[in-house]
Amino acid sequence: MNRDIYPLFPIPCSLTMIEYEPVIGMEVHVELQTESKMFCGCKVDFGGDPNTRCCPVCLGLPGSLPVVNGRAIEYMAKAAIALDCSITPQSIFHRKNYYYPDLPKNYQISQYDNPLGVDGYVEITVGGITKKIAVRRVHMEEDTGKLIHVEGNFSHVDYNRSGVPLMEIVTMNPPPPGYDQIQSADEAREYLQRLRQILLYLGVSDCKMEEGSMRCEPNISIRPKGQEKFGTKTEIKNLNSFRSVYLGVEYELKRQEKLLREGGTVVQETRRWDDSRGMTASMRTKEVEQEYRYFPEPDLVPMRFESDWIENLRSSLPELPMAKRDRFISQYGIAEVDAEVLVDSLDLANLFDNTAKHTKDPKAVANWITGEFLRLINATGTAISDTKLTSKHICGMIDIIENGTINRNIAKTVFEDMFNTGKQADQIVEEKGLKQVTDTGAIEAAVDKVIADCPNEVERFKAGEERLVGFFVGKVMKETQGKANPGVVNKLLKEKLG
Amino acid sequence: MADRLFELTTHELHDLLKSKQVSAVEVAQNFIERIDAVDGKVRSFVTTTPELALEQAKAIDEAIAKGEKLGALAGIPGAIKDNMNTRGILTTCSSKILYNYKPVYDATVVQKLGEAGALTVGKTNLDEFAMGSSCENSGFFPTHNPWNLDKVPGGSSGGSAAAVAADECAFSLGSDTGGSIRQPASFCGVVGLKPTYGRVSRYGLIAFASSLDQIGPITKDVTDSALVFNAIAGKDPCDTTSLDIETPDFTKALRDDVKGLKIGVPKEFYGQGTDPDVEKAVKDVINMLAGLGAEYKEISMSSVNYGLPVYYIIAPAECSSNLARFDGVRYGLRSKGSTDTIAMYEKTREEGFGAEVKQRIMIGTYALSAGYYDAYYLKAQKVRTMLRMDFEKAFEEFDVIITPTSPSVAFGIGALADDPYAMKLADVCTIPANLAGIPAISIPCGFKNGLPIGLQIIAKGLDEETLFRVAYTIEQHTQWHKKKPNL
Repeated sequence: MNRDIYPLFPIPCSLTMIEYEPVIGMEVHVELQTESKMFCGCKVDFGGDPNTRCCPVCLGLPGSLPVVNGRAIEYMAKAAIALDCSITPQSIFHRKNYYYPDLPKNYQISQYDNPLGVDGYVEITVGGITKKIAVRRVHMEEDTGKLIHVEGNFSHVDYNRSGVPLMEIVTMNPPPPGYDQIQSADEAREYLQRLRQILLYLGVSDCKMEEGSMRCEPNISIRPKGQEKFGTKTEIKNLNSFRSVYLGVEYELKRQEKLLREGGTVVQETRRWDDSRGMTASMRTKEVEQEYRYFPEPDLVPMRFESDWIENLRSSLPELPMAKRDRFISQYGIAEVDAEVLVDSLDLANLFDNTAKHTKDPKAVANWITGEFLRLINATGTAISDTKLTSKHICGMIDIIENGTINRNIAKTVFEDMFNTGKQADQIVEEKGLKQVTDTGAIEAAVDKVIADCPNEVERFKAGEERLVGFFVGKVMKETQGKANPGVVNKLLKEKLG
Repeated sequence: MADRLFELTTHELHDLLKSKQVSAVEVAQNFIERIDAVDGKVRSFVTTTPELALEQAKAIDEAIAKGEKLGALAGIPGAIKDNMNTRGILTTCSSKILYNYKPVYDATVVQKLGEAGALTVGKTNLDEFAMGSSCENSGFFPTHNPWNLDKVPGGSSGGSAAAVAADECAFSLGSDTGGSIRQPASFCGVVGLKPTYGRVSRYGLIAFASSLDQIGPITKDVTDSALVFNAIAGKDPCDTTSLDIETPDFTKALRDDVKGLKIGVPKEFYGQGTDPDVEKAVKDVINMLAGLGAEYKEISMSSVNYGLPVYYIIAPAECSSNLARFDGVRYGLRSKGSTDTIAMYEKTREEGFGAEVKQRIMIGTYALSAGYYDAYYLKAQKVRTMLRMDFEKAFEEFDVIITPTSPSVAFGIGALADDPYAMKLADVCTIPANLAGIPAISIPCGFKNGLPIGLQIIAKGLDEETLFRVAYTIEQHTQWHKKKPNL
């Protein structure tokens, strides 16, 4: 059993103790970043005054008919291919019939037994172990409007979101041989993050969980280890961040295990995650399967995907995060942990890639970007795409470190200045007079002064306390406002102190 | 002549307008007066739009004055079935649930008629949501057959057919899901065309059964049918089920020539349940065609027997979903006094829909339910495919199939109210063409007890030209279409 999952419930020692194993399925909905909606020309955008981005089609007015947005199909096919799904050569839409005020036709145009993509996977790495999480299907549908609850007995409905292209990605439990299923809260979060990364790389969605452009509804059950039959599952809603996905899944796993250990049973239901209270609570029980009366959408003709079209799309895909990570490691010789950080965002990866290929020291580039650059990004709350810093800046700075114009300590100041002002490194060095002092005479004077000022330390050093060399170097650096060439300082100190 | 312009056909009116013998305003005025005179008896219209018609007519007269080229429908008064969207004009589907509904957009066909310069005199009555064969299922009032006011005009496009027969308009648009253009055309002694599925855009037609619905013209003769069809046919980017093929000039097909034409006469459309006088009238015309050089042969198409049951699975299934949007949330009727959403849905739909609509929604909901889907909907679709293949096979040998449009002439208002099955049998001859998606036309071919008899010609998909040619030939050698009811 993975002990990480159950830290709050230490398991009593017993030879007959049942061990439980979690089974987690993920249903993820992603809004696509197309210009227009799935079946009409209305603009897709977050927010906006209520009911200002609507037309007869997305309002489901009588007599209106849907027309498929080709770009949305292309985006979804790209995503399906990136998840290693096969594309169904002939795919059709179905109507999913249910009544809800945010659903203007009282049916949703969706897909049923003929989804766009099937049988793919998402690679995740948790605790050093890499798994391929099996994806059962990728399908297309339209988003609903939003209910806005107001005072009194009424609700308002905003249909701006109605008809926004929505992609649904569902994992497969049990997975086929060679693939895995999600089995912990850590893995659930990792799965989502990896998925998000891929979709961001493809540029098909902005995947903002807080704004609802990426939504996830995990279903969770546990079963005695070794048992094939699934336990009763619950579904969790209202998970609006990666953190709440982790916490919600973790909570639900513990709740179910506690329930079973105490002799209770899990009820099949939908539970709502309450972020402020850190717990799930029952929303509604699903004793019978919802009756959606699926049938083929008669207003739309079947879509046929030629293999040429699919192959063109496949070859147009950008390099995906995992491939990029592997390339960074092999091409630039950087550490895996750095590569992981760099590929986390496409902007960061591009900054590294464009810089590293122009320098002799890619490792230094990786260090600067994962260290100083990300520190400044986080400290200033700047988006990577909005920074003034380009690969040219970093290359320029590394060049002047290598040719001895500045040392690494000064470089940090220069880096921050570049980040804030967008000026090039040599210009900053020039303007602020930060040029490294390599003039032996000047440094020698500083060394002599330090030796004269610190007789006690000199004595202790000579008595064998060699670690004091750092103290002397620091003192000399201070005397030269950090501009002394550390190599020269060391050399002179060694000579003078014997 | 000017006082009885309403008796003229579209092409006759066009000639008068073109030669400036009458103005469009005179034409409009004449039809408006006719509606005032007879619609109290016939009740074809849910809404009349005299101001709109006059306004449109003025614009046409100005265009004529400027010497602009006059389209075939310019200045011609037409009526539109009240299940097609007209911007800012009540569009009710003859249902209480849409009693106050004014659309924000025009159906594509309405837009096309507008571009062709046609005048809109009103919106015609129908069986609620086009479900029915007599116009008695209108949520407002029944329409009467102009040939005998005690009889039904047929349905569901009863208002559109009666309005043409009563000379309340020169032409009208109907929609045909299982015979809703052809059967009322037959009962009212006018010409009704159900085009190939996909020829005419459905955008803005309030759907009954999406895979069967098709809009078509109801006219006084075959030439008018081709003229109106010319104006409304064609690919519409707003309807992906509309076909991306060129629309020929269908008037070019209007030739008096059936030499060598091969006619199939499937026995399943005749015999038991068919009025012998109706059968005789149809067969007389077939013999006449043979005399003009056509050949005919009796055949059997056994799958036709399954048309009615298949239709009564597929159409209700689609309607149960299509009509789900009428829930009181956004437009139309909202029943008062409910405390929660579900109760509001239920009360609105209980009060808003009539019995026939409710019955079909329930049948359709059942047929689509898990556990029944395979046995009903899926099976019905398979039989539908068989039926389509049967027609394809028949059309390898024959150019057209000729049948009665309806097994009988118009029945009395209320006569079949207690016999819903007999009512549904009225569509037995027309349903197969909808299921197969192929074109069919109904033209007058005789009378029984003063009531018109209709003959149906069916052709293979996209072959409306042959339909027009055969129908035109029949018309050239008969006088039925020239008869007028005495109102």
